[in-house]
Amino acid sequence: MEQVLLFIYDNREIITIVILSIFLGIEVIGSVPSVLHTPLMSGANAIHGVVIIGAIIVMGKAEPDNYIALVLGFFAVILGTLNVVGGFVVTDRMLEMFKKKKKTN
Amino acid sequence: MQTHLLEIIYLIGSITFILGLKMLSHPDSARKGNLVAAAGMILAIVGTIFFYEDADHNKLGNYIWIFGGLIIGTVAGFFAAKKVQMTAMPEMVSLFNGMGGACAAIISIVELRHFFHHYNETEILGSSYPLLRGDIMTMVLGLIIGSVSFAGSMIAWGKLNGKVKDFAFPAQHIINIVLMIGVFALGGVLMFSGITAAYTWMYLILFVALVYGVLFVLPIGGADMPVVISLLNSFTGVAAACGGFLYHNSVMLTGGILVGSAGTILTILMCKAMNRSLLNVIIGSFGGSSTGSAVAGAAGDIREITMNDTAVLLSYSKKVIIVPGYGLAVAQAQHVCHELEKALEEKGVEVKYAIHPVAGRMPGHMNVLLAEADVPYPKLVEMEEINPEFSSTDVVMVIGANDVVNPAAKRDTSSPIYGMPVLDVENATTTIVMKRGMAKGYAGIENELFFEPKTRMLFGDAKATLQKLVAEVKAV
Repeated sequence: MEQVLLFIYDNREIITIVILSIFLGIEVIGSVPSVLHTPLMSGANAIHGVVIIGAIIVMGKAEPDNYIALVLGFFAVILGTLNVVGGFVVTDRMLEMFKKKKKTN
Repeated sequence: MQTHLLEIIYLIGSITFILGLKMLSHPDSARKGNLVAAAGMILAIVGTIFFYEDADHNKLGNYIWIFGGLIIGTVAGFFAAKKVQMTAMPEMVSLFNGMGGACAAIISIVELRHFFHHYNETEILGSSYPLLRGDIMTMVLGLIIGSVSFAGSMIAWGKLNGKVKDFAFPAQHIINIVLMIGVFALGGVLMFSGITAAYTWMYLILFVALVYGVLFVLPIGGADMPVVISLLNSFTGVAAACGGFLYHNSVMLTGGILVGSAGTILTILMCKAMNRSLLNVIIGSFGGSSTGSAVAGAAGDIREITMNDTAVLLSYSKKVIIVPGYGLAVAQAQHVCHELEKALEEKGVEVKYAIHPVAGRMPGHMNVLLAEADVPYPKLVEMEEINPEFSSTDVVMVIGANDVVNPAAKRDTSSPIYGMPVLDVENATTTIVMKRGMAKGYAGIENELFFEPKTRMLFGDAKATLQKLVAEVKAV
């Protein structure tokens, strides 16, 4: 019990951020029209590509003789980058069409 | 100094993600929102590479590897995203989502191995000391959620591009629940085991999580894939947040949790659009084994109509509503469809599009496709608004849509799609259904609409048929 309390106390700031972010996430997209569901999902998909930062840290910290960490880290960086770049470009392509249509009106 | 700067960069990154999501949910600012979030992401990545220091003030190394990975990923991601057909967008999103999940899982594996190795070597705690620590817990969670998201997304991707078929297996719910509980139980076992056994538990967790991801998505019907992708999307968000927890990295934490919660809400909104609960989607295995009942219900004669009659009928109507579906998208017929609309407008016919919330393969997918073909925005009318208009409509053209116009959703309580809101096309004077053949829709059920006395069938490939129809209409 004490350990659990201590864990919560040690991470109180992070836990606060997590809880506030949960509510923020709900609020921020609460009133999205269904037209934008797909682009929003795609945009959110790109944003969780922020996991790339973890991959960069893993890669950067790997000792030069630790081949498993090097290879896995390298894959992680590639996969994370794919998620970020692909995600944002696909979203932009979807939204580009909405914009073009607006101009013609 | 540099670490302080990095914290501020991360703060800016977090703000851009919040702003980006906010702007993405409004049509006017959506595109800018995407760019704002992308800018924040680039800032966070560059900041991490150059300013990151660990607890002992060591900077990152292996720059060649980092930049190599970034370049390969950027080039591959950019071209994949630029080249993909608009119709294949949903599976692309699923694929990228899987990449993110795999990335999170790999981070956990490397960090866990690092941790085990470190503790084994220093032997501060002895080899049998339980690994009951918060950071181990987040690593294990990241491993589980990331792996499930990766495996699930790959199956969803395969299903959407037709490589993987729906597959229901006996006792699937029980097996899946056991697997889900099992994988978390294994995580608990790892935390209470000694360091020597931990490697084995870690790989076992990875294996079970991958199997669970596959079996979790496999029985869910293709029609529910958007919901599943959205759900897996929020999973990956949580997996990314686990990484943020591990590194005490604020931008990973806020980004991941934001996507986790926003993704969950989006998933629920999508379920609502189909009038189903999330639980129902996950355990219902829609379109799988439970659809046998509806087949017997609808049968009878269908009435075909010729191309020429269709053209005449359309040209002398006052009001035509086009109901586009995935069939139109697959045939790449959205541009020809727009031509038909223009040809009819020149003859003074009022043309509108009825957009079902889940038309296509994802909510909003059809809007994107028609926008690509330059169809003006005010012509795309959402379901609630257009449903009262059908009774004053002369002709409804259903192009490659099926389940979203099935009246069984309103009448037949035994139908698997009962309760799903549908377009009331049967209220129009005449309904013309343009289809390749009598194949069933994605839900795998018969459509009573095709046998209604007011319905006419026009068989053929959507694009070829529409092209001929445009010529005929112009000739009338």
